[in-house]
Amino acid sequence: MAQVVTSQRGPVTGTATRSKKRRPFLIDLYSTAVGKKYVMGATGIGMMGFVLFHMIGNLKMYFGAADLDHYAHWLQTLLYPIAPKGYVLWILRGGLITMLLLHLHAAYSLTMLNRKARPVKYQSARDYQIANFASRTMRLSGLVILAFLIWHLLDLTFGVVNSETGKMVVHEGDTESVKAVYDSIVYSFQRTPVALFYVLANVLLGLHLFHGAWSIFQSFGWNNPRFNKWRRAFATGFAAVVVIGNVSFPIAVMAGIVA
Amino acid sequence: MSHNLKNITLKIWRQDGPQAKGNFETHVIDEITDEASFLEMLDILNDNLVHAGKEAVVFDHDCREGICGTCSLMIDGQAHGPQRGTATCQLHMRQFQDNAVITIEPWRASAFPLIKDLMVDRSAFDRIIESGGYITAETGGAPDANLIPIAKTVADAAMDSAECIGCGACVAACPNGAANLFTAAKVAHLNRLPQGQAERFSRVETMVETMDDYFGSCTNHGECEAACPKEISIDVIALMHKDYRKAKFSNRKDLARK
Repeated sequence: MAQVVTSQRGPVTGTATRSKKRRPFLIDLYSTAVGKKYVMGATGIGMMGFVLFHMIGNLKMYFGAADLDHYAHWLQTLLYPIAPKGYVLWILRGGLITMLLLHLHAAYSLTMLNRKARPVKYQSARDYQIANFASRTMRLSGLVILAFLIWHLLDLTFGVVNSETGKMVVHEGDTESVKAVYDSIVYSFQRTPVALFYVLANVLLGLHLFHGAWSIFQSFGWNNPRFNKWRRAFATGFAAVVVIGNVSFPIAVMAGIVA
Repeated sequence: MSHNLKNITLKIWRQDGPQAKGNFETHVIDEITDEASFLEMLDILNDNLVHAGKEAVVFDHDCREGICGTCSLMIDGQAHGPQRGTATCQLHMRQFQDNAVITIEPWRASAFPLIKDLMVDRSAFDRIIESGGYITAETGGAPDANLIPIAKTVADAAMDSAECIGCGACVAACPNGAANLFTAAKVAHLNRLPQGQAERFSRVETMVETMDDYFGSCTNHGECEAACPKEISIDVIALMHKDYRKAKFSNRKDLARK
């Protein structure tokens, strides 16, 4: 005779929140954790492209004020005259803002899911074997980078905390004035705390990229034993290039190389 | 045979039931031999407890030869203890120092509700298997063993993931309580073989979505791989993510050609 055992424990709870019903394709895909990681990876690739070109563009400051300011002017007037001045830049910015918001939302909802997946923490100390410092601190490094991003925009884009941002200058041989980007950068980094915050945020950006740029390959399933070693090399190299380039700017200003 | 005897202090998680409040209880094991397995050491502890009129510690175990996946235990903060590629039952006391203090905790995850002491309910894994861990096979006489040619590398890779014993160490070790290594091992086992192709994409879809109902998300820490007693590589997770992507984006009428 089969014996009916009434269990005193409830059903296995898990992390499910609502019943399954089919929604539009992209929302349906995004509702799964694996789908959110695709979004995380795709927006990560987009923003990696941005930080790399942002860094390369800023290297112009080593060629002098006129070069950097003309480069900034070129960005402002991208595709002019087919598009009105500033429009293309704002379309690009719109893309970046969308990617940032998606990246943040995916990170937030996955964090909430993960908390729900282990409501009772381990009561003794964990002894992690492989998880590295970068992967363990993605949330912290991400939040510091976000705070830095807000400061950075207020400082060098909107000039709320920088009196030099937005001023115009006419360079030698020019007929019209351009924004004096070079001067506002020099003014900004001559404030030591600002320069130090900039260095700290970029080191954390490097840490974020060290794990993130590698993690993308796993999330999308780009895995091949023949190339797997290159994935780590790529992430390390990419993070190093971005950090070294970016950190060189405040150091150059403080050392008087860029003045 | 010479015996190296050790004195061990155990800090063991005791909890009367799922809703009860648990706490660590300290016990001392005197002169345990190096040759004893970790579970034999717990047997001795339970003998002592029963002789003293106390309740024995409840823990899961079955085959004790590392192939059934029943034993669990978080030992000193590591799933299945400090030895790589080893289930708790195959862990021996020679791995510990004399006078060591060993902390033992159950797996912790919302999908693995605690039953008593160190025993948890891992039936959420069964839900994942039910949703896609099968193949369609012709009934009738047993087919010839070598009817379907399979490349040696493919057969080996499928076997590597088929090694999964479903113990749950990956979930226990994961900082996010994710079951991606378990699910991916099962997906990779069948999706890599010709016999698994008919359900390849529906399998990965249903198994990933069932996994989602119970577990956290993968953030690629790699802790699962380190904890796995069968040393299954996180390469299988990438394979699962890839097949899920294909299942979602490809024209399903063409899937047999991918």
